[in-house]
Amino acid sequence: MEQHHHSAKPHIIGYIYSLVLTVLAFVVMLYTSLPMSWKITILLVLAVMQLLVQLIYFMHITESEDGVYQVINVAYGIFVAVTVVAGSIWIMIYNTMLV
Amino acid sequence: METTTTTKGYQPMEYKSEEGRLKIFGFWIFLGAEIVLFSTLFATYFVLVNQTAGGPSGKDLFEIHIFATETFLLLTSSFTCGLAILYMRRNSMKGYLIWTIITLLLGLGFLIMEIEEFAMLVEMNAGPTRSAFLSAFFTLVGTHGLHVTLGIFWVIGVMIQVIKRGFTPVTSRKIFMTGLYWHFLDVVWIFLFSTIYLLGVV
Repeated sequence: MEQHHHSAKPHIIGYIYSLVLTVLAFVVMLYTSLPMSWKITILLVLAVMQLLVQLIYFMHITESEDGVYQVINVAYGIFVAVTVVAGSIWIMIYNTMLV
Repeated sequence: METTTTTKGYQPMEYKSEEGRLKIFGFWIFLGAEIVLFSTLFATYFVLVNQTAGGPSGKDLFEIHIFATETFLLLTSSFTCGLAILYMRRNSMKGYLIWTIITLLLGLGFLIMEIEEFAMLVEMNAGPTRSAFLSAFFTLVGTHGLHVTLGIFWVIGVMIQVIKRGFTPVTSRKIFMTGLYWHFLDVVWIFLFSTIYLLGVV
């Protein structure tokens, strides 16, 4: 078991995942002619996948005895972030439409 | 399941004491606050992105090869930083030092590119005072760059302690926390390069 935890394999897998996801993001945005709304959606999905790769493969978010609380804490941070960002954009778009 | 690192009952040195474990948990709470801090700057940026005051927009300013290289540098440094922690857990001082120094060099490379990019923008009369868009851009990307700068100093400081004292429950906890911080900076950059730079040039 000790050996298993000291394996570089998860790190290498995580690195390959994040490289592939990054290249995909560049390719989708720069070399395809998808509609903008599709591009944005794909871009956000890829970014969230990269976030998960970092949290799971590199940051080992669940490994502590406090793992559950760590996940809840980060999930709450993300919830607030999404509310602030999406809420601001939403309000400002409606605001400019009224002008 | 072969990639899991979460098997119960496994305790690396940094979690062995109650204090160490709680400090790491506290650091996760700090990272949660950092997520919120950056979200406010992202929100400001998206609200102001089209307010260029007749000046240049992201499409005119962002150069793909620059931010692609920056992305690659930071992504790789996140990987090498993970390896440094792995070697710490293997109790290999040499491995830890080698990967930490590589991480620092990659981080430094990223920072130099960013500073050059900022200098280039200011020279092109596209500094933070040019438009609301550029104010928001410099605040967001600059805050991230400042975090990277701080991270570099922190990693160096911890590295000096480790060289002096070796791997103890305290130093290994500090190494692990700097690692978390470094990975977090890469997480922020993922959203930066996607939504600011990539979306900006399309």
